[in-house]
Amino acid sequence: MKRFLILASLGLCMAVGLTGCALLQVVSEAGTAIGTATGAITPGQAESIKRSATAVGKAMEDITPEQEYYLGRAVAATILKTYKPYDHATANQYLNTMGQALAAASDKPETFKGYRFLIMDTDEINAFAAPSGYVLVSRGLIRCCPNESALASVLAHEVGHVQHGHGLQAISQKRWTSAATILAVEAGKNLAGEQLAELTTAFEGTITDITGTMVNSGYARKLEGEADKAAITIMQRVGYDPNGLKTMLVQMQQRMQGGDHRGFGATHPSPEQRIKAIEPLLRNTPAPADYKARQDRFEKFLKSI
Amino acid sequence: MKPLRLIGAGCLAILLLAGMAHAVKPGKAMSVQMHKGELRAAPSRLAAVVSTVKYGDRLTVQESRSGWIKASASDGASGWIHESALTPKRIVLASGTGDAQLAASSDEMAMAGKGFNSDVEKQFKDKNKDIDFTWVDKMETYLVPPTQLQQFMQDGRVDPSTGGAR
Repeated sequence: MKRFLILASLGLCMAVGLTGCALLQVVSEAGTAIGTATGAITPGQAESIKRSATAVGKAMEDITPEQEYYLGRAVAATILKTYKPYDHATANQYLNTMGQALAAASDKPETFKGYRFLIMDTDEINAFAAPSGYVLVSRGLIRCCPNESALASVLAHEVGHVQHGHGLQAISQKRWTSAATILAVEAGKNLAGEQLAELTTAFEGTITDITGTMVNSGYARKLEGEADKAAITIMQRVGYDPNGLKTMLVQMQQRMQGGDHRGFGATHPSPEQRIKAIEPLLRNTPAPADYKARQDRFEKFLKSI
Repeated sequence: MKPLRLIGAGCLAILLLAGMAHAVKPGKAMSVQMHKGELRAAPSRLAAVVSTVKYGDRLTVQESRSGWIKASASDGASGWIHESALTPKRIVLASGTGDAQLAASSDEMAMAGKGFNSDVEKQFKDKNKDIDFTWVDKMETYLVPPTQLQQFMQDGRVDPSTGGAR
């Protein structure tokens, strides 16, 4: 029973997510105290559990928005090694204007230097949200959008990943533990060469964890659900029809029917699964057509994609 | 059944604690945790900018309303800023000081430039010559002035009051 309690407490803390992880230390102290009292673990083991939990808890807190910014830059640069940027100033400007409107309505409108959006030059259906708000969207995914509301749903979903800190959650537990002490090192002029080398190694490992999850394995279905839910809220707040998300997913479903296993085909729940999950959140009315001037500017944008 | 009840109580306590952590009381001092920020005339990103603030600036909370905080800066300027731009921690900007050493082990303080910073990025670039930051730097130049944002919303009749469905 007691063991169950400890496991349940830890599980609960994990369920609370990043904001709740400041509590990790408290929970594990209670857990190890119970474990030691019952003789389930030795005092030595208990101390070691406490120490590593403290380290992990502190490392997560220690990721400041400034550090998140440097992680985000390197994650975006690493992804752009595989996916080339689409060099079209007008199209990227349009995407950034809409993206800024959506990001401003999220629960995390402010990141260290703000949100930025860029089109990737690929037919693959794909998008990435690097920490601190570097959002990359493929031409293939943009082509799944018949109107601005649908495109807004794509950007809002990515903003949702940033808002929830999903990129940071992809960093492995092992990495947090090993990075914790190095992260506490005072930086600046006094940083010795050896410490800088250690920090850079930890940085590289962290980038590998985040990009590996984004590009290869994808986030857990639960996190994709959170991003879809955030997208609906953001769209409602800005004034885009949240049914645009369903419109986009239906198009994606049709385009993936040939069995496209690249990009979203490999990393995201199927469009059918996502539609099923969001339907209770949408009004039971078909999406109205976008206002004409809005549709005209969207079609002009789409022609450049 | 007892452990389950205990977990239920723990759950409630955690929720209460989380709620308390988010309540921002008037008079509380907070630090700007973004590179550059704005104090605005009203709690909206589209509201006029009253004053600008920068990383590490200490602000005093006057009022909070659904995610937005009205705060005053040391120069007396007062305005609204989103809570995601602020942290209760004191941010130490200069390294090599007593404060900086304290910040490395304190929960109340955070040090600017600690951990992953521009030095680490430089080393990372040196080690990974195949990773090019040119376009990431270019992305950072994609600025959208508030007037352009407002025009975009107006032209497309994107209006929050209609919830999107006209």
